[in-house]
Amino acid sequence: MIPDLGKYAATVLSAYGASILLLVALVALSLRRGRKVRTEMEQIEQRVSRDG
Amino acid sequence: MTISTRLNALWEYANPRKFLATTERVLPVLWLLTAVTLIGGLVWGFFFTPDDFRQGSTVKIIYVHVPSAFLATSAWFMMLVTSLVWLIRRHHVSALASRAAAPIGAVMTMIALITGAIWGQPMWGTWWEWDPRLTSFLVLFLFYLGYIALWEAIEDPDTAADLTSVLCLVGSVFAVLSRYAVYFWNQGLHQGASVLRAGAVTGADTTEKVSNVYAYPLLLSMVGFFLLFVALVFYRTGTEIRARRIKALLARERVNG
Amino acid sequence: MIALLKRDLVLALRAGGGFGLGLAFFLIVTVLVPFSVGPQSALLASIAPGVLWLGALLACLLSLDRLLALDWEDGTLDLLATAPLPLESVVTIKALAHWLTTGLPLVLAAPVLGVLLNLPGPGFLWLVVSLALGTPALSVIGTFGAALTVGLKRGGLLLSLLVLPLYMPTLIYGAEVARRGAEGMTLATPLMMLAGISAAVIALLPFASAAVLRVNLR
Repeated sequence: MIPDLGKYAATVLSAYGASILLLVALVALSLRRGRKVRTEMEQIEQRVSRDG
Repeated sequence: MTISTRLNALWEYANPRKFLATTERVLPVLWLLTAVTLIGGLVWGFFFTPDDFRQGSTVKIIYVHVPSAFLATSAWFMMLVTSLVWLIRRHHVSALASRAAAPIGAVMTMIALITGAIWGQPMWGTWWEWDPRLTSFLVLFLFYLGYIALWEAIEDPDTAADLTSVLCLVGSVFAVLSRYAVYFWNQGLHQGASVLRAGAVTGADTTEKVSNVYAYPLLLSMVGFFLLFVALVFYRTGTEIRARRIKALLARERVNG
Repeated sequence: MIALLKRDLVLALRAGGGFGLGLAFFLIVTVLVPFSVGPQSALLASIAPGVLWLGALLACLLSLDRLLALDWEDGTLDLLATAPLPLESVVTIKALAHWLTTGLPLVLAAPVLGVLLNLPGPGFLWLVVSLALGTPALSVIGTFGAALTVGLKRGGLLLSLLVLPLYMPTLIYGAEVARRGAEGMTLATPLMMLAGISAAVIALLPFASAAVLRVNLR
C-alpha cells in the first residue's frame, strides 16, 4: 500500500532508498567487523590462557 | 546520591571492562528501541502524513534529512567532548568512542547531503547549489574524512588518539570559522537569496516551522536516529576496545615467546 | 632563535626547494588556467583574483611536507626538542622560515602573474595586500598539518587532506578581498576578517603544533 506520491514518486523513493541503504550498510559493516574482532579476541584469549 | 558522586560514578565507565559489561547488557534493549522508533518514525512519516500543498510528496524527505543533519553535527560535538576527556583525563574508552563515532557522523553527513540534493532537484531545479548551509555540510564531511584518515594512518594507538584529539579541537574551531566564512561568502555573491531558501523552505533550522502533522513523526524519527547513533557508538566502541586488547595480547605474546 | 631561522633559510636556499619550486608551480598553474577555460580576457579578468589565490594556496601546500620531515629524519627535531628554546618558538620559527621562502616570493610574484590573467588595474594592490595578510596564516596552519603527519611514512597526501579544509576560511576571505578590490567594491569587512584570522592563527596555533610535535617525538 504505497501512498500516492504523485509526480515526485521517484524523488521521494530514491531519497528514502539511498538513506536506508547507507544506514543498513553502516550497521552491517559495524556488525561484521564487531563479530570478527570478537571471535579473534576470544581465540587469542583462549590461546594465551592455555599457554600461560 | 548527590550530583558529584553521581558524576564520579560516570567515570567508572572509563574502565574498559566495566564499559563492555554494561553495554553488553544495555545493547539488546537499545537495538530494539532503535528499531521500534526508527521504523515507526519513518513508516509514520512515509505512509501516514499528508503532502505539502507546495512541495507535494517531497516533504516526506524531511523524515530522513533533518534527523541525519542533526546527528551529523551532534556526532562531531560528541567527538569534541570525548577528545577533550581523553586529553585531560586519559581514559582510553573516551578516545576509542570518538574513533567509533567518526564514521557514523560521516555517513550521517552523507545522507543529509544526498537527500538534500535529491530534494533540491525538483524544488530548486538543481542538484547542487552553493548555498551556505549545503556548503558548510560539505566542509563538515571533509573534516570527517581527514579525521578518519588520520586515525587509520597512525599505528601506535596512543599517539593516534592524541593527534586525532588535537585535530578534532583545532578542526572544530576551523569548522565554525568556515561556517561563518561560508555565510559571508555566499551572501556577498547573491544578496540574501540563500537565507530565504535554506531556512524557511526546508524548515531545517527548527521543528517549530513545520506544522504539527509533520512534527510528531519527525520527532519520532529523530529519536530513532539518535538511538541508532547511541547504539552504534556503544557497539563500535566495544569493537575498538577488543581490537586494542588483541593488539596488546599479541604484543605480550611476542615478548614472552 | 635567529640562528635557527638563519639555518632554515640557508638550507632552503641551498636545497633550492622553497623559492624555486613553489614559484615555478605558481607560474605553471597560472599559465594553465587560460588553457583550461579559454583565452577570453573578460572571463580571465573576472576569475583572476580567485585563481591567483588558489594557485598561491596550492604552491604553499606543495612545500609543506618538507617543512619538518627533513629535520625529523636526521634527528634535528629531537635536538631542538631538548634545546632550551621552547618548542612553541621552534614551530613559529619554522613557520616563519616557510613563509619567507614560500609565501613572500608568492606575494611578490602575484602581480606579475596578475598581468598574465588580465587582472583589472585596482586589483593589483588588493591582491598583494590580501596575499601578504593571508599567506602567513597559510604557513602557520601548514606547520600544524606538517607536525601532525611528521611521523608518517607517506604523509604527503594525508597532509593535503588535513590542511586543505583548514585553509578554507583564509581562502574565502582572502579571495574575497582580492575580488572586491579588482571590482572596486568596498572590502573593509573581509579585510578585517582576513587580518583577524591571520592574527589569531599566528598567536594560537603554534601551541597546538608544539603539542602535536611533542606527541610525535615521544
